[in-house]
Amino acid sequence: MQLLLHIGRYFLLIKDTFSKPERLSLYWKRTVEEMDLLGVKSLGIVALLSVFMGAVITIQTSSNIDAAWIPSYVVGFTARQSTILEFSPTIISLILAGKVGSNIAAEIGSMRVKEQIDALDIMGVNSAGYLILPKIVASMLMNPFLVMISMFLSIFGGWLAGVGTGIVSSVDYIYGIQFDFDPYTVTYALIKTVVFAFIIATVASYQGYYTRGGTREVGISSTRAVVYSNVVILIANYALTQLLLL
Amino acid sequence: MIEVQGLYKRFGELQVLTDISARFEKGKVNQIIGMSGSGKSVLAKCMVGLHKPEEGKVLYEGKSFHDMDRDAMRSIRQEIGMLFQGSALFDSLTVLENVMFPLSMFAKMSRSEMEDRAHVCLERVNIINKDELFPAQISGGMQKRVGIARAIAMNPKYLFVDEPNSGLDPQTSIVIDELIKEITEEFDTTTIVITHDMNSVMETGENIVFIHKGRNAWSGTRDQLLRSDNQELNDFIFAGSLMRQVRDSLKGKD
Ligand SMILES: Nc1ncnc2c1ncn2[C@@H]1O[C@H](COP(=O)(O)OP(=O)(O)OP(=O)(O)O)[C@@H](O)[C@H]1O
Ligand SMILES: [Mg+2]
Repeated sequence: MQLLLHIGRYFLLIKDTFSKPERLSLYWKRTVEEMDLLGVKSLGIVALLSVFMGAVITIQTSSNIDAAWIPSYVVGFTARQSTILEFSPTIISLILAGKVGSNIAAEIGSMRVKEQIDALDIMGVNSAGYLILPKIVASMLMNPFLVMISMFLSIFGGWLAGVGTGIVSSVDYIYGIQFDFDPYTVTYALIKTVVFAFIIATVASYQGYYTRGGTREVGISSTRAVVYSNVVILIANYALTQLLLL
Repeated sequence: MIEVQGLYKRFGELQVLTDISARFEKGKVNQIIGMSGSGKSVLAKCMVGLHKPEEGKVLYEGKSFHDMDRDAMRSIRQEIGMLFQGSALFDSLTVLENVMFPLSMFAKMSRSEMEDRAHVCLERVNIINKDELFPAQISGGMQKRVGIARAIAMNPKYLFVDEPNSGLDPQTSIVIDELIKEITEEFDTTTIVITHDMNSVMETGENIVFIHKGRNAWSGTRDQLLRSDNQELNDFIFAGSLMRQVRDSLKGKD
């Protein structure tokens, strides 16, 4: 029952969010700010994580296939496949749900408890649209870039670890990452990323927007934002994989 | 003019407002007074549509606010200026941007016109050279005043101010009271001031509504206020010794 109520209210909020903006130019300005806050400022953690992720995938793959008949370029091939199909779009989105999602929920939640959202409503501003739409648009524009950078860095991290430890030669690794490449996998990954970005921004905004009480509740909303957007991402990941790859 | 008819509001088990009826007149400083927790802020929020009452009506110039469609409601709201009890300035915007905000949303002005208008409003509340500071960098009393500047930026027809002088020194407090009175007269606004400061009541209150435990316990003018024999009202206004002295000196004159 409670769940149905939340789902209903969530969709109503999204409907409000997409109703006609008062001043388009102001929304665009807000979107650019959010792109910086939610996107550019996440670059560091995404880069760090991706390099290490690729390195670990490479080492694990090679340690699992020591049969002599498996060519060593398979290491590169596996690193590429798992990075593009799953690690970059899904893991990075989960990480962003933690970083960006909690940030969104805390910001909107504290505006709610400090009556700033009421102040917007009183002025006749569509508060849902003004606060949430720029975050949705910014996330949907920025996250694909972050994920593409992640793909590149993860594969590069694999190369560093593989060549650095000597488990695969540079030539074999590079041959492996080009082997049997299907560009559709990248499309698939980016579609997933965009959907996940929408989930992160909206679920977190929902949690913030309906915060009631004080600062303690803002903290609770922010935790919920991370947990719920993670759960929804995992479910959506399963659904999209079935839809797009089968 | 705003009229409230038979308003009821509760939060869960807690009945906050019971059968409130009141009239708030145009061109006058109407005051809602009452003890802390009596439901004054909730009443104001019901009047501007932030809370939906279970029963009762709020009429703006005779039209029922809560029965309006969204667009009509929004256009009334653009004519409302409100100062919240906690100021509710936007944290991420500077003082100047806060005051410019409603203008940038709705006014057809160039940026420099907006800045000029914002400066005029800030000067009226005596905030000068604080343009680039953020709300967290100014004092609580200053935040209140910036909140008032923001509320009057659009020349509202209806002005709600929730405790404009709590946290202000007596001198600034009087300046704010006078300002609210001036604006009300100048623009013929329907002004509603929530307060428990008897000083402001004596200074500017023209039409006073006394809320006690969520009920409209008394209403009338300032002169009637001091001579009322309503027990709860008397307990409220004569809680301080200053007001008792005023009463006694009045009695002496009679
Ligand atoms: N959003 C809310 N949810 C639940 N209860 C609320 C809410 N807002 C106010 N109340 C309750 O309603 C009652 C009246 O609160 P209100 O804020 O109107 O008091 P007030 O008269 O403005 O007091 P003060 O002078 O201290 O500001 C209080 O008991 C408060 O706990
Ligand atoms: Mg109050």
